Amino acid sequence: MPASSLPGATAGSDAAILRPGRAPAGGWRTATVREVAHPTPRTAMIRLDVPARVDHLPGQHYVVRLTAPDGYTASRSYSVASPPSDPLIELLVERLDDGEVSGFLADVLAPGDTLEVRGPIGGWFVWDADRPAVAVGGGTGVVPLVAMLRHARDRGRPELFTMVAAAGRWADLPYAEELAAAGARIVLSREDRPERPAGRIGLDDLPDLTAGPTVFVCGSAAFAEAASSLAVRAGADEDSVRVERFGPSG
Amino acid sequence: MTGPTRGFFGRTRTERDPRLPPGQYDTGSGWPVLTAEVTPHLDPQKWTFTIDGLVENPTTWTWDEMHALPQSEYQGDIHCVTTWSKLATSFGGVSLDGLLATARPLPEASFVMATSTTKYTTNLPLADIQDGKAWVAWSHEGKALTREHGGPVRLLVPHLYFWKSAKWVTRLTLMDHDEPGFWERNGYHDRGDPWAEQRYQGD
Repeated sequence: MPASSLPGATAGSDAAILRPGRAPAGGWRTATVREVAHPTPRTAMIRLDVPARVDHLPGQHYVVRLTAPDGYTASRSYSVASPPSDPLIELLVERLDDGEVSGFLADVLAPGDTLEVRGPIGGWFVWDADRPAVAVGGGTGVVPLVAMLRHARDRGRPELFTMVAAAGRWADLPYAEELAAAGARIVLSREDRPERPAGRIGLDDLPDLTAGPTVFVCGSAAFAEAASSLAVRAGADEDSVRVERFGPSG
Repeated sequence: MTGPTRGFFGRTRTERDPRLPPGQYDTGSGWPVLTAEVTPHLDPQKWTFTIDGLVENPTTWTWDEMHALPQSEYQGDIHCVTTWSKLATSFGGVSLDGLLATARPLPEASFVMATSTTKYTTNLPLADIQDGKAWVAWSHEGKALTREHGGPVRLLVPHLYFWKSAKWVTRLTLMDHDEPGFWERNGYHDRGDPWAEQRYQGD
């Protein structure tokens, strides 16, 4: 999600990556819902057919706008989990308590429904499988990183992408099987794993970052703060850390 | 605008709060943090604020010099492009009007680029930071501004979407033309007026 502050790509190593206008952006479309699944009790996986789609870069998001009969609208932003090669746009939505939009998407939305969407949006938290990247995601914060992981595989460059995925329990981690199968380090704070006892994410969970990969951190505000600080302690240059803090916006 | 979304009725709505711009909702006592970078640790004693570019008198203030100026407070609402608004909140600092009066903009100055210690930039029409519309703020509801909200000091331009209120601001450069800043190069609107719902490029 956009923020009121980020490091500008005015100089230094990232300027070449962030040429103005490089990230695609699309306008409003009426998408058709092709699939709705509930991989965990708290999440809905929605796959959309977006007409006249502008292909996204992994890390970008879409805005979903719902309209009530009286014209009232509610819009929320959701990261895309699918890679650009996927003909459908895949969103993974966490059902928030009292979530006005997420509740609707999780409980009411059905295949065949239409949804107003706008995207792709965002040009900072993006990766095109063109340079080494290390990604650290917490909970649904793994969603845009899953798009990056899949894109790296599509491009035949999986070695460029290293991922750390954190959650409370295995069952709370979206795409857990896929991430584990792809070699992501799985960090669970409330469940032991064969290779790692339960515990919050720590410095030992991150690879050495002194070689200067782009670091992508995504999750709740608290997780993002902790993980981005760890990344700097693990040797990342502050200017190479890109953070997406998921806000509680229902 | 197309027709209604099947099965969507939205939250129970009484009277819509007239303070909420279109597409915004009231976040209540919350204040989401959405910064997209590592939160910096700024030492106030090393921080300075500069107004330069198309001004007669480029000026740099230290933390202590800034705090010795007449203080000014904003009481009102703030609006984030991610659709939350925070109503009836307050910030303290100094009005940009006094700082601009010292720096004396040249007649051709019409836009401004704000820069943060983190190299974040955002562009604004000069008119949007004049006449009591913008502050350099260091307190929120009577307490020191916390790091994640831009502390020790941030720009405050509350009548525009909040990404324009650059956290950890350190410089304003006056220009005779508009130039996109960080988010503006990344798909967001050049001006960002919440009442006109100027969220993205092209709105």
